[in-house]
Amino acid sequence: MNGISLYRIGALALRYLYLLRSSRVRIIELAYWPTVQMILWGFITRYLAGHSDVLSQATGLLLAGVLLWDILFRSQLGLSVVFFEELHARNLAQLLISPLQPIELILALMSISLVRTLLGVGIAILLAIPFYDFNLFGLGLPLAGFFLNLLLMGWAIGLLVSALVLRYGMGAESIAWAAIFALAPLCGIYYPVATLPGWLQPLSWALPASYVFEGMRAVLLEHAARLDYLLYALLLNAGYLGLGIRVFLATVHQARERGSLLQSGE
Amino acid sequence: MAEPPAIEVEDLSKHYGPVRAVDGISFSVVRGATCALLGGNGAGKTTTIAMLLGLLLPTGGQIRILSEDVPRHRQRVLPRMNFSSPYVDLPQRLTVAENLTVYARLYGVRHVRERLATLGRELDIDAFFQRPYGSLSAGQKTRVALAKALLNQPEILLLDEPTASLDPDSADRIRAILTDYQHQSGATLLLASHNMSEVERLCDQVVMLRAGRIVATGTPRELIHRYGRKDMEEVFLDIARGIQSGEVVE
Repeated sequence: MNGISLYRIGALALRYLYLLRSSRVRIIELAYWPTVQMILWGFITRYLAGHSDVLSQATGLLLAGVLLWDILFRSQLGLSVVFFEELHARNLAQLLISPLQPIELILALMSISLVRTLLGVGIAILLAIPFYDFNLFGLGLPLAGFFLNLLLMGWAIGLLVSALVLRYGMGAESIAWAAIFALAPLCGIYYPVATLPGWLQPLSWALPASYVFEGMRAVLLEHAARLDYLLYALLLNAGYLGLGIRVFLATVHQARERGSLLQSGE
Repeated sequence: MAEPPAIEVEDLSKHYGPVRAVDGISFSVVRGATCALLGGNGAGKTTTIAMLLGLLLPTGGQIRILSEDVPRHRQRVLPRMNFSSPYVDLPQRLTVAENLTVYARLYGVRHVRERLATLGRELDIDAFFQRPYGSLSAGQKTRVALAKALLNQPEILLLDEPTASLDPDSADRIRAILTDYQHQSGATLLLASHNMSEVERLCDQVVMLRAGRIVATGTPRELIHRYGRKDMEEVFLDIARGIQSGEVVE
């Protein structure tokens, strides 16, 4: 592999920023769902706070859960949907005959996913302060670890989904939306992993997000920063992201063998 | 010592299971020449170009461009070449200027604004720089695609049907731009085309393909003479129908 060029990664990221800039609707849409989710769960929290011991101890549990979940969801979507843009635009072949390397394509997708996640979830996080007097930044320094881990896991899933669509065509696009929801019940977003049946718990502990949500509850309920959780999540993410990158690169290589890059599109 | 060819293809093949899309072809193109890759639909032209670009991995054989082994070291040669085809798009929602800026940066072009201004003038596209690419006519899109292909002042320019679906005036302008560019830069051009008058006008060398194999090579003049025909159009029809040179057709 030749040296990775930040200039080329920046060039491709610029292409996605141009696209974002070209449509205000796209920017509004980025923040729309996280904000709606936040508002909905904020009211649910208010209602349940008067009826639940757990929630009266830590009223932010559900809101923190939904906002952190959105980081995971948006980072995955931010990567795979932007990749699909290339397929829809029949632009992937142009990119792959330019000096851009596939690993640089991945890094550009990751960087734009970060921007989209910060924009989308960031607005919802800021709106939660005046709406419900809930400040996610109150989680303190562990929030940075939670954010990083959710971002990495989102990228890993996003790359696997993108590889799947590159291999099987745009018909598999709906998987981008469905894949992460299949994992949601296992991640312990709104309840501890211990709530799951015994046989499902090992599966849950194999997901980095489960450690993040357990860590979040530890901060809110016990005022404890569980660095061990962050470390486990980081180790798992290293494995999953490595797998995601390998699978994506292998799929591009396979597409070169099968000749599907010239035909990639709707 | 003689300069090595700009493009060297040796025993190149691409098989999809039992289908031999390209079947052991060999040819070379000297630096500064314009070579036409001709053949009917499914002859293997696009497959060959895709392999030259590294977009498709060969089943066998060798490709050397500017003395670099393409399948192994494509990253070394890609900044020195470019490609244009009406069948490969640019992002529709981006403006022409945005598209060209992104690709200029991908190709490491220095002084991007100046380069865009020059190409805008030369290809007469500066009037619609701020329009979305998707809103352009076929002729305008072809000129923008060509601008993209000339951004990095490529030493090797690959063109897949550069004037397909253009009116005669637009097609003539594209041919003039290509001729000017080659005279100025000394670049090597390889083009796939179905337009035989274009081939006669632009090309020094012709490689004729049929069913993935090379069936004739030479200059347009040589081929016309060898087949005893009056122009390349008739030579093309002979070859596409499997008629050998020198055969008398009733």
